Amino acid sequence: MSLTNQIIQEKLIAKFGEQVNSFTEPYGMLTFEAPKDLNLKVLQYLFDEQDLQFRFLTDLQAVHYPDQKGRELAVVYHLHNLVENVRIRFKVFTDIQTPDVFTATQLFATANWMERETYDFYGVNFVGHPNLKRILNVDEMDYFPLRKEFPLEDQTRVDKDDEMFGRGGTI
Amino acid sequence: MSEVQNILLPEGSIEKQTTTLNLGPTHPATHGVFQNILEMDGERVLSAESTVGYIHRAFEKLAERRPLYQITPITDRLNYCSSPINNMGWHMTCEKLLNIQTPKRVDYLRIILMELARISDHLICNSIVGVDTGAFTGFVYLMEYRELIYEIYEEICGSRLTTNIGRIGGFERNFTPAAWQKLEKFLKEYPKALKEFEDLFTRNRIFMDRTIGCGPISPERALNYGFTGPNLRAAGVDYDVRVHTPYASYEDFDFTIPVGSTGDTYDRFLVRNQEMWQSLHIIEQAYQKIQDMKGAASDVYHANVPEYYLPEKKDVYTSMEALIWHFKIIMGEIEMPKGEVYHSVEGANGELGFYLISDGGRTPYRLHFRRPCFIYYQAYEELIKGSMLSDAIVVMSSLNLIAGELDA
Repeated sequence: MSLTNQIIQEKLIAKFGEQVNSFTEPYGMLTFEAPKDLNLKVLQYLFDEQDLQFRFLTDLQAVHYPDQKGRELAVVYHLHNLVENVRIRFKVFTDIQTPDVFTATQLFATANWMERETYDFYGVNFVGHPNLKRILNVDEMDYFPLRKEFPLEDQTRVDKDDEMFGRGGTI
Repeated sequence: MSEVQNILLPEGSIEKQTTTLNLGPTHPATHGVFQNILEMDGERVLSAESTVGYIHRAFEKLAERRPLYQITPITDRLNYCSSPINNMGWHMTCEKLLNIQTPKRVDYLRIILMELARISDHLICNSIVGVDTGAFTGFVYLMEYRELIYEIYEEICGSRLTTNIGRIGGFERNFTPAAWQKLEKFLKEYPKALKEFEDLFTRNRIFMDRTIGCGPISPERALNYGFTGPNLRAAGVDYDVRVHTPYASYEDFDFTIPVGSTGDTYDRFLVRNQEMWQSLHIIEQAYQKIQDMKGAASDVYHANVPEYYLPEKKDVYTSMEALIWHFKIIMGEIEMPKGEVYHSVEGANGELGFYLISDGGRTPYRLHFRRPCFIYYQAYEELIKGSMLSDAIVVMSSLNLIAGELDA
């Protein structure tokens, strides 16, 4: 039996009802959301269920949407069923004041560093992570640099006296 | 124990009877900036802690302010031993987002470059495993052929290491006759050198004793750790993106996926060697397919997408349309469609994925690179636990860790 997006969606709805929602298929990949308290339950169900068996965590990262109040940070899981060769994308949203999401390290050993990276850049606090500390940035850093409130340098800024690079200064 | 301590040792280090050893960040045997804090009992590694991030350059942040074509040079600097694969992967991600169909000839040209890149990456990795086990000769033999591969790149795009090769929709220019000649030369000469390299290593008693059983991993652990590429296949799982989700017309080609059984250093070495033969086989088929093309199809080297493909310079000077497109592309004034796309290619050391979110602006809203070696390097602590220090070095080089990709 080949696993289609339709079947996955039906099974998820049968198990979790209304709580899994926003099913879409951008460029053929089934994408859906769940409340953040449910993320481990959904991942465990996708991992264990006989017909689903999403046992390979391809990728995990966060996205920052500063305009969506109460759901500013999205944690995105890319899962892969290697036998049926189906990929899905699963998102949980969290507010930025208490960005607590349960860790997936018990299920996937690979989530360890991926979650550390996500914490490092977005400040998502993975509850239960064995070693949640910065990984790529320096330990002393006190902000989360990939959040949208830190813009890259604006090329038109004038406060910098930087003659060599064509900004400000006197020619 | 005497009262007076002669050497300055950290408090309690004599009582605990183990040594803390800093392997790296700049150790000559680690081939890159890797730090491992090892807890040693004599020569044995009791535990390890890896520190990464020494050459982190915030690529994901940089990409959020660049138009698509300016992100290509960033991808060069991920796995710089096989930049063309990264470049092509990025172009294909954009093409997926923008719904661009590439002509068959472009796909085949891409495959030639990607497989050349795979060979150049694997030959470095395997010959470095040789160097770390004490056999320098193989490295010197094969290095010459990486040079030939770099000359082919040079003929096509002008640069050698960080190639920035190709464009969205195809290539900036057609392959020149000199490029084809160099490719033919490589295809003719490389099999002999690779055979010689294999003769030196594969059944070499010293090499086998040194690498068999060194840093093995079971298929279950490898999958759980998110291994991909040759390291996963050495553990016996036949997952290859080229077969599972074919891109760039890989489905037109006939090749096999070598797998190992124990996932140790020797198996990783054998899998990479075998993959080089398969890559050669693929390049020969692609070369033949391109030679067999007739008529207009035998000359195309890019898709017809003026919004994204930089026009030729002579058109920019003579035609109004081309000048406008040139200006708009260079100034980054092209808006892309809204969407969310994940595309992955089989990089030289695993599944290289690009997760691109566009909010309809001129630059990506979010771009994430799935860097295979960042993901599998976390297994290193487990792989070397209980082994000798010298094995830890060999395991590290056989995993094919590239610092640029690790730290992004």
